[in-house]
Amino acid sequence: MVDLALAAPVAPQARWIAALKRGGARLWLGAALVGVLALVALLAPLIAPHHPLEQDLMSAQLPPAWVTGGEAAYWLGTDSLGRCVLSRLIYSARTAVAVALIAASLAAAIGIALGLIAGSFGGWVDQAISRLIDVWMAFPPVLLSIVLAAVIGAGLTSVIAAIVVVDWTRFARVVRAETMVQLKRDYAAAARVIGLSRGGLLRLEILPNLVPLVVTLLSVEMGIAILVEVILSFVGISVAGDVPTWGGMIAEGRQIVYQAPWIMALPIGCIIASVIGFNLLGDGLRIVLDPVQRQ
Amino acid sequence: MTTVLSVQGLQVAIGKGAHAANVLRGVSLDLQPGEVRGLVGESGAGKSMLGRAVLGLLPANAAITAGTITFAGRDLLAVPERERRGLLGRHIALIPQDPMTSLNPVKRVGHQIALLLRHHLALSKRDARERAAELLTGVAIREPRRVLDLYPHEISGGMRQRVLIAMAFACDPALVIADEPTTALDVTVQRQVLQLVERLRQRHGSAVLFITHDLGVVAKLCRTMTVLHAGRVLEEGETAEVLARPRHPYTRALLAATPRADRPAEALRPVPPALIESLWSEAFRLDRLAVAGRP
Repeated sequence: MVDLALAAPVAPQARWIAALKRGGARLWLGAALVGVLALVALLAPLIAPHHPLEQDLMSAQLPPAWVTGGEAAYWLGTDSLGRCVLSRLIYSARTAVAVALIAASLAAAIGIALGLIAGSFGGWVDQAISRLIDVWMAFPPVLLSIVLAAVIGAGLTSVIAAIVVVDWTRFARVVRAETMVQLKRDYAAAARVIGLSRGGLLRLEILPNLVPLVVTLLSVEMGIAILVEVILSFVGISVAGDVPTWGGMIAEGRQIVYQAPWIMALPIGCIIASVIGFNLLGDGLRIVLDPVQRQ
Repeated sequence: MTTVLSVQGLQVAIGKGAHAANVLRGVSLDLQPGEVRGLVGESGAGKSMLGRAVLGLLPANAAITAGTITFAGRDLLAVPERERRGLLGRHIALIPQDPMTSLNPVKRVGHQIALLLRHHLALSKRDARERAAELLTGVAIREPRRVLDLYPHEISGGMRQRVLIAMAFACDPALVIADEPTTALDVTVQRQVLQLVERLRQRHGSAVLFITHDLGVVAKLCRTMTVLHAGRVLEEGETAEVLARPRHPYTRALLAATPRADRPAEALRPVPPALIESLWSEAFRLDRLAVAGRP
């Protein structure tokens, strides 16, 4: 019997390199932005020039160092209480990163579990979960978060809980639909014919096919979680008042935006950079993780 | 010698109540150990439905309304789910129709074979990999170890079908259902794949239910054959006998419609209604339903 030629001879390392190349500029830019954000959050006490709560009322509302009137000690200037804006931005990243990671992961875990159940059982189980999602999504999400955070009380945990409770639907809906699509594919039937149980089928065959999708959603969700945390701290119901947050800085800067616009502009810039970073990273990873190149 | 597969008076209906259409209308079929039975018929005759009913893979809107399916003395329709899963893949295997879509696109070939082996034979990870490599050698794949690390899209269609055939015979099944295993392959590869199935069948002594519309394949591979039409068995017997002296006019029409090099093929002639009583009214009803069923 004649052997058949391989369609594409590929070595494992070459495949990884090709995959990373496929990710392109989006992947690298996203990874760089998210990497810097994570490092800053992790190393905040080491790189911040001042303590974020240290006040110096004599040098309040200083402009950034390179503007006339700025001081070299306060590289990005000071706020109305004379606190170092750079240090506060750096420490704020900690809250943002913690919320992004924990809230998005929990929302994903709950959403994926319910999505898989709804998509694979069908029938009344699917109906029940789908209707729940519909009702859930009818609430304005940010408003719901604000109400929840207000009810549970301030603190990191309640911010995370508020985001998870609102955002699991995003995962559940997409995972449910994709599970149904994948279960209709031939490979799912072939897997059932080798005697896999429903749980085994979902875990071993379906879930690996959902990875690119889930990774994209997860990174988008991290961006959203950062935004929601900003909104919550902007309206003053996020973490305790003495913990610096980007949202809190915007709220403070808003009052003196004409005298000291940088106080408000700088945290906004940080937020934009982080959200873009997460989105780009998700986009790039989706392409990298998909072994079947879709061109 | 116990009968491997015994289907008695099997009826399968698609849809419910007044809209139900019978796709199998009392099919009976017996397979002895080691027997290779060709199951032929035109599209829509219910060939694949029969295979799917045995494997428990009927579509959600189809249901078995009467009859029994017995595998090696066990009533497949009555055994508990867990026991049925133990039979599937181990004692009853499937060679699927489309090798392009029947392997999980995001899992390496080796992982997919190993999963089957570990599921049924409780092999360790390393043993499963060893065994998987042997299996690939058994289906004439060169450099099996390299192929184990490839993704399905990196190997050709013929190779994918060999992998699926290797998986089907991996656990010494008593019954293999081959659902048109060569239709999706090009002609040059078809022959090799058929030879392979024949060789493995002899080695493992499995009974094979060969679903096809290619009478040439049946003539070459199958000792016995069953002709199915509109959900009913029209004729069965030794292949040589049926092909040489078809008793039923439909079988004759089917033979005449087979393309041959020495004479032009005829279009498949419809069989006079009187010969297959009620069959056409049923088929007609089905057509009308298909139209009327659409909103």
